[in-house]
Amino acid sequence: MTGSDSAESRLPGGIRLPFEIQVEPRLHVPRWLSPLISVIAILVALLLGALVLALVGGDPVRAYAHIAGAAFGSLGVFSDTLVKATPLIMTGLACSVAFQMKLWNIGAEGQFYMGALGASIVILAGVVPADAPRLVAIPIMLVAGVVFGAAWGLVPGWLKARLRVNEIITSLMLNYIAIALVNYFIFGVWSEGGFQMTRTFQQAAWLPRLSDLAEQFPILRGLTTHFGLVFAVVAAVIVWYILFRSLWGYEIRLIGDNPRAAKYAGINITRNTVFVMMLSGGIAGLGGMSEIAGVVHRLQGSISPGYGFTGIIIAWLAKLNPLVVLPVSVLFGGLILAGREIQPAGVPRLIQGIILFMLIASEVFLRYRIRLVRRP
Amino acid sequence: MAEVANLVEMRGIVKRFPGVLANDEVDFELRPGEIHALLGENGAGKSTLMSVLAGLYKPEAGTIRVRGVPVSFGSPRDAIALGLGMIHQHFTLIDSHTVTENILLGLDDPRFLMRLARYDERIAQTAERFGLHVAPSAKIWQLSVGEQQRVEILKMLYRGVQVLIMDEPTSVLAPQEIDQLFKTLRSMVDQGKSIVFISHKLHEAMSIADRISVLRHGKVTAAGIKPEATSKAELANLMVGRKVLFEVEKKPRQPGEVVLELRGVCAENDKGLPALRDVGLKVRSGEILGLAGVAGNGQSELGEVITGLRRCTSGSILVNGKEVANRPARVPIELGVAHIPEDRTHVGTAPNLSITDNVIMKGYRDPPLAKGRTLDRQAARERAERLKAEYTILAPSVDTPARLLSGGNLQRVILARELSAEPTLLIAMQPTRGLDVGAIEGVQRLLLEQRDSGAAILLVSEELEEIFSLSDRIAVIYEGEIVGDSVAADAETVGLLMTGGAGSPKTEAAA
Repeated sequence: MTGSDSAESRLPGGIRLPFEIQVEPRLHVPRWLSPLISVIAILVALLLGALVLALVGGDPVRAYAHIAGAAFGSLGVFSDTLVKATPLIMTGLACSVAFQMKLWNIGAEGQFYMGALGASIVILAGVVPADAPRLVAIPIMLVAGVVFGAAWGLVPGWLKARLRVNEIITSLMLNYIAIALVNYFIFGVWSEGGFQMTRTFQQAAWLPRLSDLAEQFPILRGLTTHFGLVFAVVAAVIVWYILFRSLWGYEIRLIGDNPRAAKYAGINITRNTVFVMMLSGGIAGLGGMSEIAGVVHRLQGSISPGYGFTGIIIAWLAKLNPLVVLPVSVLFGGLILAGREIQPAGVPRLIQGIILFMLIASEVFLRYRIRLVRRP
Repeated sequence: MAEVANLVEMRGIVKRFPGVLANDEVDFELRPGEIHALLGENGAGKSTLMSVLAGLYKPEAGTIRVRGVPVSFGSPRDAIALGLGMIHQHFTLIDSHTVTENILLGLDDPRFLMRLARYDERIAQTAERFGLHVAPSAKIWQLSVGEQQRVEILKMLYRGVQVLIMDEPTSVLAPQEIDQLFKTLRSMVDQGKSIVFISHKLHEAMSIADRISVLRHGKVTAAGIKPEATSKAELANLMVGRKVLFEVEKKPRQPGEVVLELRGVCAENDKGLPALRDVGLKVRSGEILGLAGVAGNGQSELGEVITGLRRCTSGSILVNGKEVANRPARVPIELGVAHIPEDRTHVGTAPNLSITDNVIMKGYRDPPLAKGRTLDRQAARERAERLKAEYTILAPSVDTPARLLSGGNLQRVILARELSAEPTLLIAMQPTRGLDVGAIEGVQRLLLEQRDSGAAILLVSEELEEIFSLSDRIAVIYEGEIVGDSVAADAETVGLLMTGGAGSPKTEAAA
């Protein structure tokens, strides 16, 4: 028989602590708790990162200052951070919507590529006349991007709804098909002088940038933040409204929590599966379109360093809340940018990992109240 | 046998959980060779007290003596080593493993080589001794719930347990299985074991126990009384703290129009086997049709075909003259069919959504909850607040997730949602299963109120007493067939029909 002390109050060496650790499930989670815990988790992560840096002989303060500077230090770099955040917001939203219904859309990457392809086709195949003004070209590109992305979401959605094919597998596989399809077009159809890219689009197909306004406001000179950010923010608000204020969103959340209860409430799961996958794909497609029209201005390979996959992480860190996706994406955009800045050190990667780990681990404080109780 | 007054003695046990004092200075005694029933409502602290005895929880205060020696447990292993074993309400078996593998799990012997055949034999011997018939090499998923329970009992007996604590062992069993279990318990006691029988069912405690203790709100209200020296009414009073009326008051009422009519309905179960065979039934407005039957004879499938959750292979189902067979589940909902599902946690509610989101599950499409395509959250909240008060749902707020509610409160959420829609037809599947005496009374009263206000009610229940006291008409289902319609309300006739003993007269639906 073991001793009378409860296991948790004993350290491995058999040292008896003067208090007991009590873990109780929380019956009520106040609204402010979740953001507070996330902020604390990030601070703890930064402290741990600093510890690692100090252990390998670095100067944590300087390293952090450098990262912060590289990502948020000046208007210029912050603008670059926002450029990186823009596609992340959209892939994060795409994943949030699908995950709310427990549809595991791992295909945001492919849907992103398809959106880019759709937006390019309307320009390069001449659907949009070469002399069409921006107000015509951009909306058509936008619709094409969303439709192509939605189509790429429709396939796994339909297969899941009708034939019960696992959407994780199909949406993942479709990523490779989408990338291969884009490669076909940039290598074979619209290759520009043998390079793996198409010609640059006409100016009317470019999303406006902040630097376009530099003549009136000199401070904006050189800022690359483009109109896609507006699309992203509007999309976030719309998705939030759908999920938390509309009847459809209620259905999505009900199906996500308990499909049998949803069926019992008379909700058509088949139709919702298809529609939600299309919505998810459409938003990712919008991301692809905005990247093409706002950053590279042509179709080319490797337009995404895995935005679709990072979107999965962002969605989870934002707890599937579209409005929280915005700040999380900016944080990740900054880390990606800083990562480029001081790549050899790999420190931003390290911090990214620790932040992720801490945020996921901090969940436990939301679900449980942990108290130290003095021993009698 | 040497005279030991008490095999187990618990004194002044205090166990606290967040927000509740589950056990407040509880004393409990168990004598050798007795069946001691521990009665109490859900949440009275019965399971907590016994989990303390089984080494699962550590009490904040109090002492436990086994055979006069003070003990303290760090884990259930310590308790088992002293001969105290508990069988929980939810079984802890691995479906894909055999009976023997499950029993040996966690033991030090066999050490490396399994040599299952040898152990199969040993287990068969133990089973034989106590009359627990179960094949040692069968896989768990092949066994019925009753057999799985026998495996759990065997697991404890194989570990040499002297005191067997059973947490609500009858709640998952069909009536015949309960008889079988009681025989087993008797034979175990005859061989010198002692049993603690946790229950909230008075008649079971009265029939099986040598002594009864009652808990209410974590306190002992009766300790070790003999069943002969008490009555059901007195025990109920001790459990609930007030008088419980066993006879619900039922006013006579003339039934009206036919609301539900089933003709020649056939359907298959999840395994693709016929579950309903040519079922014909009629339920009129202002009438409760009680459908009696042993669990698994097609009742669940019947409830599902009427509510659009299962396909019919043939036949027709009319609600107010409109066909609902094989239509989407929304069609019957729109026709005013309410459904109290059998499975409250997996079908009736969404665990992580709030009480508000759970009570609007059926009505969210209609105003005032729906405003165009948006959900009026204020209206939803107001409805939830109103229903929470009206149906006395006990929860910190309407934002509390459903998973944190007790069984009785969860059932109240479902009742609030289904009954507040003023249904024309109510399909009530096992509406009082697992509820305690006080809650059962409340649910039954609500059903009668619905009947009096003109709803047609199909009541499916395994509790014959409930069927008899509530129903205006009684039908019996056996192997997917209606074997008796409008039968007399006496236990013998119905009991015989339920077990297929009436030579399957195949009564046509009497109009």
